[in-house]
Amino acid sequence: MVNVIWVGMLLIGIIVAGINGNIEVVTTAALKGAQTAVDFALGLIAIMTFWLGVMKVAEAAGMIRLLSRLVKPVTTFLFPGVPKDHPAMGAIIMNLSANVLGLGNAATPMGLIAMKELQKLNMSDPRTASEAMCTFLALNTSCITIIPATIIGIRIKAGSANPTEIVGTTVFATAAAMTVAVIVDRIMRRIYGYRKWR
Amino acid sequence: MFLNLVSLAAKWAIPVILFTIVLLAFLRRVDVYEMFIRGAQEGFTTAIKTIPFLVAMFVAISVFRASGAMELFVRTVSPVTELFGIPAEVLPLGIMRPLSGGGALGITAELIKTYGPDSFIGRLASTLQGSTDTTFFVLTLYFGSVGVTRYRYAVISGLSADITGFIASVFICHLVFG
Repeated sequence: MVNVIWVGMLLIGIIVAGINGNIEVVTTAALKGAQTAVDFALGLIAIMTFWLGVMKVAEAAGMIRLLSRLVKPVTTFLFPGVPKDHPAMGAIIMNLSANVLGLGNAATPMGLIAMKELQKLNMSDPRTASEAMCTFLALNTSCITIIPATIIGIRIKAGSANPTEIVGTTVFATAAAMTVAVIVDRIMRRIYGYRKWR
Repeated sequence: MFLNLVSLAAKWAIPVILFTIVLLAFLRRVDVYEMFIRGAQEGFTTAIKTIPFLVAMFVAISVFRASGAMELFVRTVSPVTELFGIPAEVLPLGIMRPLSGGGALGITAELIKTYGPDSFIGRLASTLQGSTDTTFFVLTLYFGSVGVTRYRYAVISGLSADITGFIASVFICHLVFG
């Protein structure tokens, strides 16, 4: 799926640029895209190093397992394939909580730690996503943010009379998105379960 | 009141978590410093490992946008989406949102500047921006960090969440601000 999307975007982009007569844009755009990606990854080094250190301390103190056990009722339903007090659960919960509070800098490392733990449980091919990973990402990308801080900031700057009035509508829309994400994830898990995956 | 409380929680969360983790580990006789270093060692490799994945995705999106293909796509689908009460002005935002966080934020800021933050378009754009996520970026980054290249149905569930968030935003904004 991602293969088709990737090839489609690239090929269509090049064709359209050619037809529009600005084919030179392709090379610049490609290199600019690559630069943005590398810049992001380099910025990630600092955040990841810091949080992986902190999380190792938390794990050694037994806090991740404790957290995993606390949220067992919810996670048993969402992640049936993951052992109940596995550290992956602790990382997933911390990632989602950070997302809800709009703490992007902490959310990403927690999410990557969760993926690392889930990969340890991935019994099939390590290059193929496991069911738990798909569920986690469905939750992560549709997760509710109580404070959309960035957008409130833009509204304040633009001189809005009531910058926070969009919080209610935002929470409604994310709640709808999250519900659908969980349902679709469940359905797709069934459908893909019937197919044989190497 | 509620919002103040939440923003207070957001401000205090990380310092409190840091304090609790370090103190508790110390009291439990964990060699805190040693453990921090051991964990932190993986930070560099994890971040570097995501580079090929991110470059691949960013290059494709960047070419797709800069070539004008994105605009063409928006123009093709906008007559259909307008039938559902989706203003043509916000459609580029809805399409950009799962692809590029920076791009979407740029469109939102532009819409708010053009139409005003308290106009219907401004409110809808704000809601859209807050309620959907950069799905493709998140998938690329998260799967990339563990070397997964076959995403199976993760794209479908992620995109269906984005589409739902988009439709739900339009619906609730019509209801509340319309």
